[in-house]
Amino acid sequence: MAGAVVACLLVAGAATAGSRSDASPSAAAPTTLIYAGASDPTYLDPALVSDGESFRVTKQIYESLVDFAPGTTRLVPSLATSWSVAKDGRTYTFNLRGGVRFHDGTRFNAAAVCANFNRWFNFSGPFQDASATYYYQTVFSGFRRNENATLGKPLFQSCRAAGQLKAVIKLTRKNGPFVPSLVLSAFAIQSPTAMARYGANQGTIRNGVFAPTGTYPFQHPTGTGPYRLEKWTVGESVILRKNPTYWNKKQPRLARVIIRPISDNTARVQALQTGEVFGMDLLAPQLVATVRGNSRLKVLSRPAFNVAYVTIQSAKPPMNDIRVRRAVAYGLNRQLVVNSFYAGRGQVAHEFMPPSLPGYAKDVTKYSFNPTRARDLLRQAGCGPPCKIEFWYPTGVSRPYMPDPKANYEAFKASLEQSGFDVQTTSMPWRPDYVKHVNEGTAGHLNLIGWTGDYADADNFLGTFFQGFSPQFQERNPALDRLLDRAEQETNQAKRVALYKQANRLIMQNLPGVPYAHSTPALGFQKRVRGYYTSPIGTDLFKTVFLGGQ
Amino acid sequence: MLRFVVRRLLLLIPILFGVSVLLFFWVRALPGSPAESLLGERATPELVEAYKERYGLNDPVWRQYVTYMDTTVKDRDLGISVATHRQVTDEIRLRFPATVELALTAMLFAVSFGIPLGFIAAKRYGGPVDHGSLFLSLIGISVPIFVLAILLKYVFAVQLGWLPSVGRIDLLIETEHPTNFYLLDAIIVREWATFVDVSKHLILPAIALGSIPLAIIARITRASVLDVQNEDYVRTARAKGMSPGVVDRRHVLRNALLPVTTVIGLQTGLLLSGAILTETVFAFPGMGSWLRDAIFNRDYPVLQGGILFLAFVFVLINLLVDVAYAFLNPRIRYSG
Repeated sequence: MAGAVVACLLVAGAATAGSRSDASPSAAAPTTLIYAGASDPTYLDPALVSDGESFRVTKQIYESLVDFAPGTTRLVPSLATSWSVAKDGRTYTFNLRGGVRFHDGTRFNAAAVCANFNRWFNFSGPFQDASATYYYQTVFSGFRRNENATLGKPLFQSCRAAGQLKAVIKLTRKNGPFVPSLVLSAFAIQSPTAMARYGANQGTIRNGVFAPTGTYPFQHPTGTGPYRLEKWTVGESVILRKNPTYWNKKQPRLARVIIRPISDNTARVQALQTGEVFGMDLLAPQLVATVRGNSRLKVLSRPAFNVAYVTIQSAKPPMNDIRVRRAVAYGLNRQLVVNSFYAGRGQVAHEFMPPSLPGYAKDVTKYSFNPTRARDLLRQAGCGPPCKIEFWYPTGVSRPYMPDPKANYEAFKASLEQSGFDVQTTSMPWRPDYVKHVNEGTAGHLNLIGWTGDYADADNFLGTFFQGFSPQFQERNPALDRLLDRAEQETNQAKRVALYKQANRLIMQNLPGVPYAHSTPALGFQKRVRGYYTSPIGTDLFKTVFLGGQ
Repeated sequence: MLRFVVRRLLLLIPILFGVSVLLFFWVRALPGSPAESLLGERATPELVEAYKERYGLNDPVWRQYVTYMDTTVKDRDLGISVATHRQVTDEIRLRFPATVELALTAMLFAVSFGIPLGFIAAKRYGGPVDHGSLFLSLIGISVPIFVLAILLKYVFAVQLGWLPSVGRIDLLIETEHPTNFYLLDAIIVREWATFVDVSKHLILPAIALGSIPLAIIARITRASVLDVQNEDYVRTARAKGMSPGVVDRRHVLRNALLPVTTVIGLQTGLLLSGAILTETVFAFPGMGSWLRDAIFNRDYPVLQGGILFLAFVFVLINLLVDVAYAFLNPRIRYSG
């Protein structure tokens, strides 16, 4: 019997499945895209998640008031066709798209928009936990009734439906990043009817972990997006089916999208090679050549939206001397590191934000590798050479902006020693020790770290790093603080851009750290996948995708 | 026999209690805590500290254990995963069938090839077949599973394209899974093409996973057959003029397989304990890949609940092996 079954299993290799709803993945499959991510979504209520794998799915099911033009960080209309801000700088009027329905058949209108804003604003109990509403707390600071001391004064004040298709949102203070931040999937508009029916506002905290208890985020996510959830088999697949009533009649172009979790980098690429998936995200730099070398596959790049940098503890001698900080900047051979360890997918960073963002200044002080200049500066500062410093790097981690921290570190150490520094090495596991020490300002004089942006606004980079006191940099710069406060509150885009350019110039003169790389993450596809645009913030839309011949 | 079974079942309580204590202290000995996983690397130190304080992660470990057991017993579940925010019991219900299916297929492969290999080696004792089987079983034991898994996958999936490289089923197949045991489901809904497809997905991970049990079974079978075939009752049977085939089948193999049964039971328990590396290489959605992620995420509830469940399964299978042994060998009697 056993032998018979084994024989059956072995001969199975020659047989083919007959109940496919579509063509074989290795043959033409014109209506279904199978796409590999790294893990399952957490759940499908975008207001309550903060991870990329969840947003990958929710971005297809839900839409926000505004969006990015495909593949860019340029704001374009989505569920709102236009918007304006009143003279007070706090009142925003959104004109909404007509004829849009949620997947449950209910109408999308201003009342639905306000229901969503009010839902977020009125979150209480477990929903105020940072693990539940990270992005709401990041952008809107607080709730109607804050239940813990770490929350701030809420940015949101009220939302009013001024007719079916006009929503008026009032903020408590001026805030420039407000509209750009609405691109985040966390602020997508959901069906109030479905949320009420399936318990979207039910949740609990057990042993410190937030968990929704209604069925809404697992079985009934309901938005206006081009795809609706058909089935979610944990660990195996999320199946999305075309929304037949989608407002843009030309989209989506595929009948189904299947997203499967494959956590292992190599396994994802092999599934692409065998044709079991048609596209994949998070292609590791060392595997790019494998994909490029296959005539049936292609590599796409995600625009750089991150920055790797070396923090300088500017309160810690000798780094309190600007000349030593400049010596560090001249002593780091950033071009060598980018050329050697980013597999052709990086560029040297000259600022703490990516070049694609408005506010990037082309005329900041630049520091090319110059060991002679670095030694001169150290002599002037009276620190050696050799000038003794501690330099830390993390172990057990690879980040898109820093694929190989140890290699980066070793190259930097060599170039700093060539430039007159005596570098003492410390390494620690990324979590929890390294990140904790760097964030608390208890790490070395210099430390490797980085950041990937959440939304397309300079505030998400410069505001995060330098607005107020940051222990990571030990930077107290009242002039920069004032500049960033003004930029945050400015609602005139041209003026905001000018303020951020000014901030960038100031930062690169004062050198609280040295940015060194922006990387362009890679994605792998079969050549027949067309119409795929890579989003800088990682939430790609599948509605434009179609499958052609090989 | 009944008293023996009841006593063994009662013994489960202190065993599981001991395992739960060990697990609880072990996961807390790992560097880091769920706070960092939950809040992400962007969390400020104040937020991490506030979180630890609020949820008792700064309390003494014994107090945390008491709270954990209290909540577990009161709520009758194993908690909520830090990474997926789902009930641990729900995750087990979803993932365990995949692991069972893979483990049983791997064991089927190991038994189907291990026993004949061991038997033939014993019958050709000292010859090239015997040496060959010893060499093969040595390789089976020594080559790490993940190396074999990667190798098999590279050759048969990536290069030759004969078999799938990831998952349990071709995702373009639309079918129902009433039990989550996909082979069984395919039989229930009478979809033979699906049965074939699921089988194809099992072949490579089962071979990789079954390689060690195969080697062990082959070696134990060989040793046992060598032992038994020199017994008096085998010589008597031969002297009575029974054909060699009948002697081997009725007297040698039947008796030689007794110790093999124990090994099969123990190895099945081990395979069910989660094939972490194999499941990761083949993106097989079972308990192993889930526990691997839990280790990286410091997912205390999953590590505690998941491993406790697997310990329960392991102990239960051992009990079944002991009971089966008694049935197979009438000479064995279990005293109360």
